[in-house]
Amino acid sequence: MSTPVNLKELARESPKLLPGHRHCAGCTVPIVVKLVLAGVKEPTVVVTATGCLQVATTIFPYTSWYIPWIHNAFENAAATASGIEAAFKALKKRGVINDDNVNIIVFGGDGGTYDIGFQSLSGAIERGHNFLYILYDNEAYMNTGIQRSGGTPFGAWTTTSPTGNVIPGKPQHKKPIADIVVAHRAPYVATATPAHWLDLMMKVRKALSIRGPKFIHVLTPCPRGWRFDPSLSIEVCRLAVDTCYFPLWEFEKGVWRLTDRSLAIAKNPNLKKPIEEFLKIQERFRHALTKDTYIVKELQEYVDSVWSDLLRRVGTTS
Amino acid sequence: MRVVGEVRALNGDEAVAYAVRQCNVDVISAYPITPQTIIVERLSEYVANGEIHTEYVNVESEHSALSTCIGAAAAGARAFTATSSQGLALMWELLYVASGLRLPIVMAVVNRALSAPINIHCDHSDSIGTRDSGWIQFYVENSQEAYDTVIQAFKIAEHPDVQLPVMINLDGFYLSHTLENVRVLPDDVVSGFVGFRKPVKVWVPYLGREVPAVLDGYTPISLGIIALSDYYYEFKMMVIKAMEKAREVIKEVNKEFSELSGRAYGDGFLTHYGVDDAEAVLIVMGSAAGTVRYVARELRRKGLRVGVIRLRTFRPFPYEELTKLLKDVKAVGVMDRATSPGAYGAPLFNEVRTALYDCECRPVIVNYVYGIGGRDLSPHTVKELYSDLLEIAKGKKPSSIVRYVGVRS
Repeated sequence: MSTPVNLKELARESPKLLPGHRHCAGCTVPIVVKLVLAGVKEPTVVVTATGCLQVATTIFPYTSWYIPWIHNAFENAAATASGIEAAFKALKKRGVINDDNVNIIVFGGDGGTYDIGFQSLSGAIERGHNFLYILYDNEAYMNTGIQRSGGTPFGAWTTTSPTGNVIPGKPQHKKPIADIVVAHRAPYVATATPAHWLDLMMKVRKALSIRGPKFIHVLTPCPRGWRFDPSLSIEVCRLAVDTCYFPLWEFEKGVWRLTDRSLAIAKNPNLKKPIEEFLKIQERFRHALTKDTYIVKELQEYVDSVWSDLLRRVGTTS
Repeated sequence: MRVVGEVRALNGDEAVAYAVRQCNVDVISAYPITPQTIIVERLSEYVANGEIHTEYVNVESEHSALSTCIGAAAAGARAFTATSSQGLALMWELLYVASGLRLPIVMAVVNRALSAPINIHCDHSDSIGTRDSGWIQFYVENSQEAYDTVIQAFKIAEHPDVQLPVMINLDGFYLSHTLENVRVLPDDVVSGFVGFRKPVKVWVPYLGREVPAVLDGYTPISLGIIALSDYYYEFKMMVIKAMEKAREVIKEVNKEFSELSGRAYGDGFLTHYGVDDAEAVLIVMGSAAGTVRYVARELRRKGLRVGVIRLRTFRPFPYEELTKLLKDVKAVGVMDRATSPGAYGAPLFNEVRTALYDCECRPVIVNYVYGIGGRDLSPHTVKELYSDLLEIAKGKKPSSIVRYVGVRS
């Protein structure tokens, strides 16, 4: 069983990600890392794929990580975690360590998870290693300067899906990454955002209490790449959930559940906002709201179909 | 104390697996590829039968195999992997990560040509291509040496002065699939020789203390950081220095191992035959050395002054040892089992020529590229190379400095 979140207790803890890192103003990634690692007990090892989080926190001779931490390469965070898990098992067998359980927490961006790191992730889940994979999804290759990824939504502007006269933004929808992980029969899969912080923290706690591969898909809006004011990061997360663009759910041992705000929307469909509310706060969709308006329509249809599919899975219909 | 050990009929792959079984390896992660497959099959059997405590991670690619070994070694485990050709190519970026993170991983590479066209037979293009990745490289001549070198490799890799990954190269099929008599040491003797991995300690300024340089789950250290123009170069220099220090360690371990087993491989870097009074010397790596030595013996019986040097290490490259040996030799033929399109000769040739540039003797050095994609090297061909070299030694101008041997024109 996972322990409940105790705020008083957490407030007394020293953070595992220390201040002074080089993330941009308004970046939601360090918020997610702090929420995930708050209250995580030893022994723990953090693995990070190449990406914003890695380069912004470890510019030598400094490190922001006050926790055992490793970065190997871009596409192999899950394989690295597999090796760490195997090492602890072997060292336990020959009596070097006594710990029965080591928390192995991986942070991978959308590039390192949807795309280049997908094979390594799929292999590690299939083998059933005991680790928690946190996908921080800022919906493009932000570290290299906003290039489209498998996580970039339909119609969005990026530097490799520019808003051209012929092709306005990304022509494809987001890859349903969390569903694909569910299809691996992983014991625990969930979605979360830093705006719904208690929901995120409870999901992390639950995940860490389950053995095997766990996966939490966290939406991490990027002020630079999505083109919104850095003060609006949390608001963007809320709108992603309120419009059902990014529903909050968890899948545990074959059972689907909506959580937090998404559960409220399922109970009261009037709370569901139109997709424009989410789009208009970001400049990456400006063309969709001004001239290529079919993008809004198609996104709305896509969101609606994904949402009603989710409602069917949890046993509710809208 | 010398231990004789029993004789077993093992092919090269089995010899590698047998040694790994005895070396207290914590984590094995590998992906099957011809002709390495027998190694992973045997190791899987040892693990499945509970003969060893090792965790075997059956990954979905060679990229993940080395990534897993990096994670395991970073967490303090002794890690082993094995691959070949395309598999080694897929591991490429991680070869540099392993050496840059100073992780003493040991890998057997069963040498095989690279695609395209796809080919499963032996040449050294795969491993020679990785020469600058900061891995120590051994090229073994037979299954016995494959067995012995795996045992030595863990000791060399994990030496506090070295802390570098080691690659043991054995020729695909010639060694991997050929049964030989191999004298194996008892399990407890090997275990005693290699011990268990003891991670080195490092001083961490922000902790104000020395800590083991591994992810133990408690000590907050960061591995795999980003270092830019202000620090990256110093990290690379540390790898270069460690590789230099490995020279002494390779020598020491070769000696220690010979005291234990009675088997030494020259000074650890190279073995040679007939070089002392030779006019013409062939330099070769891998299993072809046997053929070359056989021909050299035959020719010497006829009174021809020929010799052979078999290089065991390519990294670190034994340039000083080579220079000493070749100081009175007039003609040197360097046999490369790899190509370098566009270069003036193949990689081993370039290394040898560079090593001898400052040597007063300045022998004529020619390049014989052979055995590409498993093309057979017959004693007859070696005889031709020696007669070519002997003529050069007598003053004949070489018809060309770089020759591709045994290929259709």
